[in-house]
Amino acid sequence: MKRLMGGTGLEHASTSLDTFPKYLLLNARRFADRPAMRHKDYGIWQSWTWAQQRDEIRAFAIGLQEMGLRHGDKVAIVGANRPRLYWTFAAAQSVGAVPVPVYSDAVAEEMSYVLDHAGVKFAVVQDQEQVDKVLSFRDRMPTLEHIIYDEPRGLRDYAHDGLSDFGDVQARGEAAMRDDAGRAARWEEAIGKASGSDVTVMLYTSGTTGRSKGVMITAAGAVDAAVGTASFDQLSEKDSVLAYLPLAWVGDHYLNYAQGYVSGLCMNCPESQQTVAQDLREIGPTFYFAPPRVFEGLLTSVTIRMEDGGWFKKWMFRKFIDVARRHGEAILEKRPVPLTGRLAYGLGEFILYGPLKNVLGMSNIRVAYTAGEAIGTDLFSFFRSLGINLKQLYGQTEAFLYVTAQKDGNVRADTVGPAAPDVDIRIADNGEVQFRSPGMFSGYYKEEDKTTETLTDDGYVKTGDAGFFEADGQLRIIDRAKDVGKLRDGALFAPKYIENMLKFFPNIKEAVAFGDGRDFAAAFLNIDLTAVGDWAERNNIAYASYQELAGHPLVYEMIAKNVDETNRRLSHEPMMAGGQIRRFLILHKELDADDGELTRTQKVRRSFIAERYGELIEALYDGSPEKFVSTEVTYEDGRKGRISATVTIVDAKTYSPAAAPVQEAAE
Amino acid sequence: MNAHVATKPLTSLDDGIAKGDMLLKVDNVSLSFGGVKAITDISLDIRKGEIRAIIGPNGAGKTSMLNVINGFYTPQQGVITFRGKQRRAMKPHHAVLQGIARTFQNVALFKGMTTLENIMAGRSVHMKRNMLWQMLWHGPALREEIEHREKVEEIIDFLEIEHIRRTPVGKLPYGLQKRVELGRALAMEPSLLLLDEPMAGMNLEEKEDMSRFIIDVNQQRGTTIALIEHDMGVVMDLSDRVVVLDYGKKIADGAPEEVKNDQAVIDAYLGVAH
Repeated sequence: MKRLMGGTGLEHASTSLDTFPKYLLLNARRFADRPAMRHKDYGIWQSWTWAQQRDEIRAFAIGLQEMGLRHGDKVAIVGANRPRLYWTFAAAQSVGAVPVPVYSDAVAEEMSYVLDHAGVKFAVVQDQEQVDKVLSFRDRMPTLEHIIYDEPRGLRDYAHDGLSDFGDVQARGEAAMRDDAGRAARWEEAIGKASGSDVTVMLYTSGTTGRSKGVMITAAGAVDAAVGTASFDQLSEKDSVLAYLPLAWVGDHYLNYAQGYVSGLCMNCPESQQTVAQDLREIGPTFYFAPPRVFEGLLTSVTIRMEDGGWFKKWMFRKFIDVARRHGEAILEKRPVPLTGRLAYGLGEFILYGPLKNVLGMSNIRVAYTAGEAIGTDLFSFFRSLGINLKQLYGQTEAFLYVTAQKDGNVRADTVGPAAPDVDIRIADNGEVQFRSPGMFSGYYKEEDKTTETLTDDGYVKTGDAGFFEADGQLRIIDRAKDVGKLRDGALFAPKYIENMLKFFPNIKEAVAFGDGRDFAAAFLNIDLTAVGDWAERNNIAYASYQELAGHPLVYEMIAKNVDETNRRLSHEPMMAGGQIRRFLILHKELDADDGELTRTQKVRRSFIAERYGELIEALYDGSPEKFVSTEVTYEDGRKGRISATVTIVDAKTYSPAAAPVQEAAE
Repeated sequence: MNAHVATKPLTSLDDGIAKGDMLLKVDNVSLSFGGVKAITDISLDIRKGEIRAIIGPNGAGKTSMLNVINGFYTPQQGVITFRGKQRRAMKPHHAVLQGIARTFQNVALFKGMTTLENIMAGRSVHMKRNMLWQMLWHGPALREEIEHREKVEEIIDFLEIEHIRRTPVGKLPYGLQKRVELGRALAMEPSLLLLDEPMAGMNLEEKEDMSRFIIDVNQQRGTTIALIEHDMGVVMDLSDRVVVLDYGKKIADGAPEEVKNDQAVIDAYLGVAH
């Protein structure tokens, strides 16, 4: 577990540093007076140095010991990003107990599943809301002995056994240290002796596919992974982050806690969830993570606010955003830029980019990451062109986050980067991405069979995602592996990849691609009624319903152009060229969650649709030019009715992989 | 909530009255506007530490009663005893100095000012430095300002309105404005808080939030609360005792359960020919 780092403040790392509490003690010495934690409370940023943070954690840990916490016990942590909850992680780890963070918005039933499955003995929670939830199922949970809360508000009159105030537990710890002069030293000693093979944290997966599983991460591996990426991005005690992501999510635990402890950076807890934007502006973090939708929301709000500006401001905004678009990314990546471009960009920085970054709280950002879903090229470039070093990473709970990460200066919107430090990645025969990493999990808690299912015989973790490596060594994730199939000629067929590309066109609202085990790829489409309706109005096309507009020949003509463009793009990608769409149809009704065709989160339920519209799929492949269908629909008030229509099926132009258009009549 | 903040917890004014004893007593009060009798010979009491509800159909005289209590109206007859002192006529600002604060049926905030400034305004009753000092904003005046700001921040934290600290209240949705108004009343650290329809026009969720805050104010700060409310569910859940008015007369007084089953109350609400 050793790696000597150069020039990042990590060079103190030595063989013995294989748990986070060991880093806590080290930081309390080497960064004694540097801020470790800040929290905005009563309108003011309160801060704790590393030495103070150690004292807080020590008092709490010894208090917990007094209450009966022992090596191997599980401690649930439920709540928002609060210093005391972060200290609970280190306090539990310092006595060999295992912290188990739980999503604070989980309903009582979900929470009871996790607490019960993990067999927690202590629950450290934020406030009355969480206390009430835990109390509601406490009777059924014999292992749970103590509930400790951070905020006493509303809890004064609760007469329950084993319910304690966080401060009181700390006071108990302090009293124990007063009574026994050697107590504090023994606590430190025990930390020094702790083994790196202990489980450092158990992170429950969000459970989108079935029950959530407890991912066990071992200490030494976790430290090793964190040291690796912290040095990759040159994090040091001079960095700061805003800790605003859910505690139970691997990203928060890794980026803020794990990287924070090994590098000594300062973690800042926002005042509340609603004040994150304001707090971001006040702190001006140097390291930042947000999922793509956050960046999308920021861009939208900037655009809307610019729309309200006067003509001069709008003109200037457009002018300089244009300059940024042309030169911004090149300057960020230190590529050559003509002098005039540099001067214009410099002026733009002064007039627009600087103030804008300041408003967004992004003035000091050195490294920013996004991950979780595909990010649009334009969106990604917008932030990069302002001079924000936004990169992508790909990770998993089972990896303790990082699998890949993009290097500074080598960043693209459509890939997730090469393997992160010390990570081995391979692509299995079925296209699935598999990896081995320093921080990878040691197993699912109490679920041996699922662990075996997830690991390959030679110890790689199956991600369940399909992807491939680009020529430059960057990984590209295309779809969930179980959805990826093959055409009859063996060509790769990744439906979500094709669907995303189609949905990129404003006219296309939904797309469902078929092709696994077939001769070619084909698709059902839904037009976007707002966009196409707007177009119809401008072109004097009268229509009475979605169905009528969807079947209009001119609409088909327009959509065919979109499909054509999609095929042209697919043909440029050697792996995807085979998946070009040869035939498509526009469905006579909108896919709807009420009819079971979409999930409540608006994701296509492919197998259900394939069953429901089986005859239309056959028509796609048997070459018929149209097909009569009648479909049952559910109205909003629950009544049922039928929609019937004759759906037109058309052939699309396809391209040979060489990219020269080759007219090819399907069938 | 951490060791670095050394503010003293906000409480009600220490008025030397034990919990459960009489805080305010209204004896045989009558109030009329010309020929219109708004209140006829009403007696009621409010005990320290309780939540006291005043209910009744429209025009029953509930708001008039609150206005009598906080000195906005002077009754033609009757005696009001507050904290052991009898009084007949007084001005609202005297009521404030004595520890009575209120919120209004229609939000009455300074719309152009921020949440922080509005609540800070509620502290003015406790500011000791005169205007000249405050304009100099130095030395004692600055210390005083910081002290009051701490109290205000505590209220902001208590009511969970951190995110709108710097937002002009005119821009806020109605439910939040009501909360800010409650904050301003709390800033006076009253021993009696009068709430005139704190939940009017709110949706279910906002009502639940507001109920929570009212209970917290009562339990954590020990503030005595008298409230007018139309939502019977809320009234029955929140209050310790309920007084029912109809056409300016008291028709029932007691615990929520008793009042709910009282025939006169049922008649008043369902409408029986008078």
